[in-house]
Amino acid sequence: MNNSITSDANAPVPGHKSEFKKKCHSAWIKTKAFFHGNPPAIIGVSLMTVILLGALFAPVLTTHNPEKRVARPHVAPNAEHVLGSTRNGRDVYSQVLHGARKSLTVALFAGIIAMTIAIAVGVTSGYLGGKIDEWMNFVTNVFLVFPQLPLLIVLAAFLGQVGSMVITVLLGVTSWPWGARVIRSQTMAIRNKEFIISAEVMGESKIRIILVEILPNLISIVFGGFLGTVIYAMGAEAGLGILGLGDATEVSWGSMLYWAQVSSSLYTGAWWEMLVPAIALALTGGALALINMSIDQVSNPKLKTGPHMKLWKKMNRETMKRRGLL
Amino acid sequence: MKEALLEINNLCVDYVSANGVARAVNNVSLTIAPGETLGIAGESGCGKSTLAFAITRLHKAPALISEGEIIYNGRDVLKMSDKELRDFRWNDVSIVFQSAMNSLNPVITIGEQLTDVIVAHKRISFKQAAVKAKELLGIVGIHGDRLKSFPHQLSGGMRQRVVIAIALALEPKLIIMDEPTTALDVVVEREILNELYDLKEKFGFSILFISHDLSLMGEIADRIGVMYAGNLIEIGDAKTVFSKPSHPYTKGLIASFPTIHGPKERLYGIPGDPVNLLRLPTGCNFQDRCADCMDICKKEDPLLAELNVDYHAACHKL
Amino acid sequence: MDTTNNPEVVLSVRNMIKDFPIGQSSSKNSYMRAVNDVSFDLRKGEALAIVGESGSGKSTGARVLTRIYEKTGGDIIFKGKPLQQYIDDHGTLEYARQVQMIFQDPFGSLNPVHSIYHHIARPLLIHKRADKKVIDKLVYELLELVGLFPAVETAEKYPHELSGGQRQRVAIARALAVDPEVILADEPISMLDVSVRLGILNLMADLKDKHGISFMYITHDIATARYFAEKTAVMYVGHMVEWGNSDKVTQTPQHPYTQLLLSAVPEAGQSGRRELGAKKGEIPMWKPDTKGCPFSARCPRALDCCNESFPEVTQIADDHFIRCHNI
Repeated sequence: MNNSITSDANAPVPGHKSEFKKKCHSAWIKTKAFFHGNPPAIIGVSLMTVILLGALFAPVLTTHNPEKRVARPHVAPNAEHVLGSTRNGRDVYSQVLHGARKSLTVALFAGIIAMTIAIAVGVTSGYLGGKIDEWMNFVTNVFLVFPQLPLLIVLAAFLGQVGSMVITVLLGVTSWPWGARVIRSQTMAIRNKEFIISAEVMGESKIRIILVEILPNLISIVFGGFLGTVIYAMGAEAGLGILGLGDATEVSWGSMLYWAQVSSSLYTGAWWEMLVPAIALALTGGALALINMSIDQVSNPKLKTGPHMKLWKKMNRETMKRRGLL
Repeated sequence: MKEALLEINNLCVDYVSANGVARAVNNVSLTIAPGETLGIAGESGCGKSTLAFAITRLHKAPALISEGEIIYNGRDVLKMSDKELRDFRWNDVSIVFQSAMNSLNPVITIGEQLTDVIVAHKRISFKQAAVKAKELLGIVGIHGDRLKSFPHQLSGGMRQRVVIAIALALEPKLIIMDEPTTALDVVVEREILNELYDLKEKFGFSILFISHDLSLMGEIADRIGVMYAGNLIEIGDAKTVFSKPSHPYTKGLIASFPTIHGPKERLYGIPGDPVNLLRLPTGCNFQDRCADCMDICKKEDPLLAELNVDYHAACHKL
Repeated sequence: MDTTNNPEVVLSVRNMIKDFPIGQSSSKNSYMRAVNDVSFDLRKGEALAIVGESGSGKSTGARVLTRIYEKTGGDIIFKGKPLQQYIDDHGTLEYARQVQMIFQDPFGSLNPVHSIYHHIARPLLIHKRADKKVIDKLVYELLELVGLFPAVETAEKYPHELSGGQRQRVAIARALAVDPEVILADEPISMLDVSVRLGILNLMADLKDKHGISFMYITHDIATARYFAEKTAVMYVGHMVEWGNSDKVTQTPQHPYTQLLLSAVPEAGQSGRRELGAKKGEIPMWKPDTKGCPFSARCPRALDCCNESFPEVTQIADDHFIRCHNI
C-alpha cells in the first residue's frame, strides 16, 4: 500500500493525452482503498451484484414462465423445478427472479423519488433559511408525524388493489421527510463554512452554490439515505403485498408471499413457497444495509475500524507484553 | 545538576494510520528537574502534544508508545498498572490542555467539579473539600462566590483558571501545560501568566510547558527544547536558545516572529512547508527547508550532540 | 487630514454601525452593537491593520464591508461612490469583484470536493475575466504568483492534499484572480504553522507594494500589525480607540487600552511577573443606548465624563489619532 502512494507522488506529470487513463487509474485506486479491509463492503457489494445480475438476466436464467401453470401444485424442489412449485403450479425459481425485477424496481424508484424530494427540500430550506425554511420545515414535520405504513394501507385500500406504479409513487412521496431533515441540518452546517461564504462574496449565484458547492459535499449522506429508503420501500412493498393491497396478479416478492400465505403453504409443508421470497428479501435488505455500513466506515473516520486498527491492536499487545503489563 | 523529577529516555510514539505508520515522537530523551519549567516548542505536527499525552499515557488509539521509558521518581510510567497509573495521573502529575476550558462539565457548578476531584483522591469530607475548593479558586484569582457558577457563566479566561485550579487541587509535583493560553486574548494570557509565576513561587512544582509561541516560551521557561518532525533538535537554557540558537530550524523559527520593539526590517522565516511524517526523507528531516544543507544531511540522521554543558543540538553543521 | 503626498483613498468608511439582534423581541435593547461609529480611510497600496481582542468587532467590520452582513448605519464609500449606489445601479457584482476577502481558517475556506483549479477558475468565469481558452494559462500564472510550484500539478490537487500554508496561498490566488482593489484579510495567519506565517505575510506585502493592492489586515497580534501594515487601528468592543501610523501607535501608544495591550505581549528574555496597568474586568456588552467609553470600567485614568459620552477624535501627532477624555 505504501508503495503505491510514494510511486504516485514521484511519477512524472503526464500530458493531456493520458488524462482519461489517469482518471481511471485514480478511480481504480480509490475503489481498491474502499474495499481494502472492509468486509461489509466486499460482502454487501458482491451479494448485491449477484442479486442484480439475477434480476437483470431473469428471462435468460429462468426456464419457465413465472405466470403460467407449469407444474403440479406444491412440488418439492427437484431437478426440473429447483425451488419447487407453488400451490398454483408456478415455478418458484422463475418467480423469485422475475419478482426481483418488480420488487427492486419499485424500491429503487421509490428511493429515487424520495431522495429527490428530500434533497430539494433539505438543501433549499437549509441554505436559504428564514421564512422559506420555516414553511418547508412545517411541511416536513407534517409528513414526518404521519404514520407511514397505516397511511399507505389506507391509501392502498381506498384505491383498491393498486399496481406497482402507484405503490412506487406512494412510497416515494411518503418517505422523504427523514432524509430531508438530515440533509437540511447538514446543509446548515456547511452553509456557514468559509468556502460557501467566500463563494458568495465572489458573486456566485445561489443556484450554483446549492448545486456545485453544497450538494457534492452531501454525497455520502444522500447515498446513505437513498439506501435506507430503498430498504424501507422494499419492505413496505412486500408488506402491502402480503396484506393483499398490491396487485396480486403481478409477480413480485410481495405477491409471492401473499399467495404463499393464502395457500397456507407452511401448514401443508410446502415451506419453499414461503421461505424463498422471504430469504430473497432478507438477503437483499442485508446486502444494502452492509453497503450502507461500509460507506459510513469510510466517510466517518471517527468510527475507529479498518485494517490499521487491527495492526495497532497487535502492536499495542506486543509492547504491553514487553513491559510486563499483560 | 539536581536529581531529575522526570526522565524520558529514547521515547518513540507511533501513529498507526490507514496510510502507514508515522513516528510522531522519535527517540526523544529529556529530563525535568524539580521546580523547573521546561518549554517544548515547535509547530503543529512536530510531536510536542503527543509527547505530553504520552508522559501520562493519555494517548489514545491509534497512537502507540513503541519504545523508551518514562521514569518518574524512579518508577517507569510505562510499566505502571492501571491503578498505579490513576494515582500517578492525579497525585503526581496533572495536565492543562489548550481546550481544557471547554472540558468542564456544563451542567455541574465549578465548585462541585473542584470538590469532586479533591474528595475522590484525598480522604477528607465534602465540607473540608469545599473550603479547600474556595481556597484554590482564590489562588487562581477567582472570587469564592463563583463556586456556584456554571461553566457557561464564566469567560474563557476564567474557565481556564478554573482548570488550573483543578490541576493544582492535589498539589502535583509536575504540571503539563499544552498550549494553555493559545485560545485566549493577550491580556487574559498575561493575567494567567502572572498567576502562574505566583503559584510556582508558592508551590514549587515543575512545569512542562508546550507551545508554538517562542516569545512566550522565552519568557516563562528555564530551559527550552525545540522539536521538528518528531525529533528533539535543540535543547538548552532558554536564554541561549533564544539569543544564540544553534540549529537552523530554531534560528528560522525565532526569526519568524516580528517583534513589537526593535528594528522593523523584512524577516524571512523558513521557506517551504512542514514535512509529512509519512514521507520522511533519508537523513535530516529539515534538509528541504535548510539553507545550509550539505551532502551528509541527505544521507545520515544528525544526532543530538553536546555543544556545551547542558546544551544539545542535532545538526551536522555543528 | 493631510493628503498632499498620500496616495488616493480607495475605500472610505464613515461612522459605520452594525447591530445584531439578540433574542426574539424587537425592542431597542434587544440589539447588540458589534461595531459603533467606526471611520477610516484605506489608501491605494497601503495596509491598515485592525487590532483587537476577540469580541472587538474587527471581523464584523470586515464582513460588513464585503456585504456578508448588511450595515446598520454609516457610509461605505468605494472609489468615491457610496456602496448604496453600487446596489442601486445593479453593480454589486462589480463591487464584489473589487473588494475581496481572505479567511482565517485555511481548512474551511476551500471546498473539499473541488480541485484547486476549480477554486481559481470560477472567479475568472463569474467575472468574465477570461474566456475558456486562455483560462488555464491565467490559473497557472496566478498559482505561480502566490508561490505555488509547479503550478500545473498544484492545480490538479484537492485541498486535503495541501498544507495549511499552501491552502492560504490558494485562497490569496483566488482573491487575486478577479484583480481586486482591496483585500480584507481576516486573521489570515493565525491558524497557520508558525514557520509558514511569515511567508504569507511577505507574500501579502509584495502584492501590496508591487501590485498596489490595498489590504485591511485584521489581527489580534499587534506585532505582526506593525510588521505588515503602514497604518494600525486599535479596536475595543466595537469602537476604534486609537489609530494612525503603525510605528506611532505601537511605539508611543497614548490610549490606556493600547498601552494595556502592548504591555501584555509576551517577549522573550523578560521573565517574571509583569503588572498590568488596567483593572481586571469583564468586557461589557454594548447596546445601542449604552453611553460612555467602553474601556471606562477597566481604565486606570477614568474620569467622571468617561461614563457619560464616548470621546471625540483628537489628533495628538501627525497621523496619530485617539479617542480618550483624559489625554
